[in-house]
Amino acid sequence: MLLKYLFAKNEDIPPGTATIFFGYSSIFWFVIGTGIGSFNAAKLAFPDFVTGTELFAFGHMRQVHVLAVILGWISMAFAMTMMYMTPALGNTKLWSEKLGLWTAMNWNIGLSLGLFLLWMGFTSGREYSDLIWPIDLVVIFGVLLPLGINVWMTIAHRRTQGIYITNWFFGACIFFVIVVFVVGQSAELFNLTGLTEGYLTFWFAHNVLGLWITPVAAAIAYYTIPKLTGNPLYSHRIGHLHFWAIIAFYSTPASHHLLAAPLPEWLKSFASVEGVLILIPAVAFVANILLTMKGRWSMFVENVEIKFSVTGVLLAIPLNMQGGFQQTRAINWYVHGTGWIVAHAHLALLGMSSFLEIAAVYFGLQQMLRRKLYSLALANFHYWFVIIGFCIYWISMTIAGLIQGAGKIYEVPYIDVVIAEHPYMIARWVGGTMVFTGNLVWLYNMYMTAVEGTVVPKGRYAHELAYER
Amino acid sequence: MLGLSMSITLFFPSWDFRSAESTWVGLDKSLSNGRVIGWSYEDPLVRGDGKPITVILNKDPKTGEEFDPAIRAYVYKPGTPFAAVVNHPDNLGPTVKSLSISKGKIDQAEKSAGAVFIISYADVNGEEWAYVENATATRGWTPSQVLNSTDESQHKYVGKGKTVYITEGCWWCHTLLPEHTQDWQVFGWPPYVGDMNGEMPTAFGSDRKAPDLLHVASRNSSREWMMLHFFNPRLVQPNSIMPRFDYLWGKTDANGNPIDFAKWRKEYDEYRKGLRAYPPEVPEYAPDTEIRALIDWILTSLK
Repeated sequence: MLLKYLFAKNEDIPPGTATIFFGYSSIFWFVIGTGIGSFNAAKLAFPDFVTGTELFAFGHMRQVHVLAVILGWISMAFAMTMMYMTPALGNTKLWSEKLGLWTAMNWNIGLSLGLFLLWMGFTSGREYSDLIWPIDLVVIFGVLLPLGINVWMTIAHRRTQGIYITNWFFGACIFFVIVVFVVGQSAELFNLTGLTEGYLTFWFAHNVLGLWITPVAAAIAYYTIPKLTGNPLYSHRIGHLHFWAIIAFYSTPASHHLLAAPLPEWLKSFASVEGVLILIPAVAFVANILLTMKGRWSMFVENVEIKFSVTGVLLAIPLNMQGGFQQTRAINWYVHGTGWIVAHAHLALLGMSSFLEIAAVYFGLQQMLRRKLYSLALANFHYWFVIIGFCIYWISMTIAGLIQGAGKIYEVPYIDVVIAEHPYMIARWVGGTMVFTGNLVWLYNMYMTAVEGTVVPKGRYAHELAYER
Repeated sequence: MLGLSMSITLFFPSWDFRSAESTWVGLDKSLSNGRVIGWSYEDPLVRGDGKPITVILNKDPKTGEEFDPAIRAYVYKPGTPFAAVVNHPDNLGPTVKSLSISKGKIDQAEKSAGAVFIISYADVNGEEWAYVENATATRGWTPSQVLNSTDESQHKYVGKGKTVYITEGCWWCHTLLPEHTQDWQVFGWPPYVGDMNGEMPTAFGSDRKAPDLLHVASRNSSREWMMLHFFNPRLVQPNSIMPRFDYLWGKTDANGNPIDFAKWRKEYDEYRKGLRAYPPEVPEYAPDTEIRALIDWILTSLK
């Protein structure tokens, strides 16, 4: 087991150990997170499904789903990719495998504890910042800071001249997410109240997406697509435009989440304009990646990692078009707080972001284990179950949201909206369950890869070998 | 670049937030909720410990003078941490802060001795301003005096009730923020700038799967309806997708008899199948239960 290396000398730990630990942890949390999501969706469709116990009440489970996928799956998959991409791009070794292992260890323990407490009702009552502040401190000092030190030191010790765009994003985004955590959670630490607290809650919720989840996912695609296709990145300069435009435009529109709250009007207007400007980095990213695919589009069909990656990039198109415009005052009043937003949030996290990370976890685990993926058939099953399940979810929730929006305008009694949404709630549950099933198969496939996958010879890439199953 | 965005989105708005003057609603929320709702050092098990009690006061506990209409007294027993607006009067906004200190004497409140606060009014340049009055300093009311001179039914466990709202995740479906649309006509007016001063957490909610609750007690003030609805929402609204909150009743009912949940659910299932003409009776809750506090909060605060 990997845990034996926790107390080994750093030099004795084989490169890739931290990557593998993070990789399997992230898949495990993905299964847990989507499983709870499917369970919650069942409760929205059939409210008397598992009833009469406080622990399995919807209000105790919803936030566990959200934070398990954000802090467990997505963020751990990010850490996993940082553990192998950063050294590879610097032509060096990871600064400290041991620190990486301990970070993964702290992360699993801290998150399990935090989610357990959240499940039991120990909450701060702030959306996305639900974890109580002692756990926030564990996240900042036990997880994000050690991860940052490892990545920054690896970049500093690189043996290449420049810094590739992926590492620009990695290094910067860890710094940003630490700042965002410290500022966002300061409301709990220092008892900031009222509008300040309400605003900081959504300042955090917005920036953790804008300066962590979306840019790091994009940074991963900047690595996987050129690496797997063999094409150089179409334009490093457009990559830099993406990078700086993210910092300028994505760090400012927090208050567009609270257009109905009595925040200063200048702040809301500023946020809405900046929110539309997010289209600049978005278009830069999508164009850059799709142009990199030139001449290699057959891989979209043949190669499972490219299939996931490019799907994620293609989903970024509707994501950013929705995102840019739904937050303007002209449109927001219609969709705010409805299922439309739930659909949009899943398009960002399960659609765009997760697909890019799934590809990177597939690729990285095969590289670091030096074993070929166990089964292509199971990987394709995973792909189709996740994409079809996601589409069912996304479309049904978008329709449900439009129904809710119409319900606002025509002032129908709220219960009639609930009745009209019922079929879409069932569809949401079916879609979510498909995603969960696909992930279970993935976990099995990756376990079998570690145990029975064909050994990759030295100097070769896993994707150059033929599949045996 | 990041510094610029931090200035614009954090530093500049902080000037607006600091100048927000607390309204009566803001004072009422902050004083009835206590220092903070959710996990904290005074409430490590998140059961609503360390919260004040809101007392509906119809006569002066010292002189016996009648109050018509009744006023709200916020009773902090000795050791209960004070509300954020008392601990840090800057939360009140500049005018309300100076009134609360000069006339209300909130700076003389002692946590170890406890205190009773009320909301009073003063005239500033022809305008009426609500401010916090430390009735322990200005009128000599002690917490035990106020509690003992009133009936138990006049004690509203508002802070504990909002804790239940937070821990049970009611705010994942219900919002406390009517929007800038026809929402106003159905769910009531949106909050004013000063309505949140000192409130933590605000729990606006972002995902509305159920009606907005900011003014729900103005639409429905029936304690009996609330009781039925929380025990099993399908009793009063057959198409509701709200979970059952029967577990908030605890183990025994108002008379101290154990509640037989299994029997209740069996009889309810028979009723749904048409085997019974009426659903089983919902047990009356005991006075120290979470459900009592939750209904207290709804009927007292959400008007």
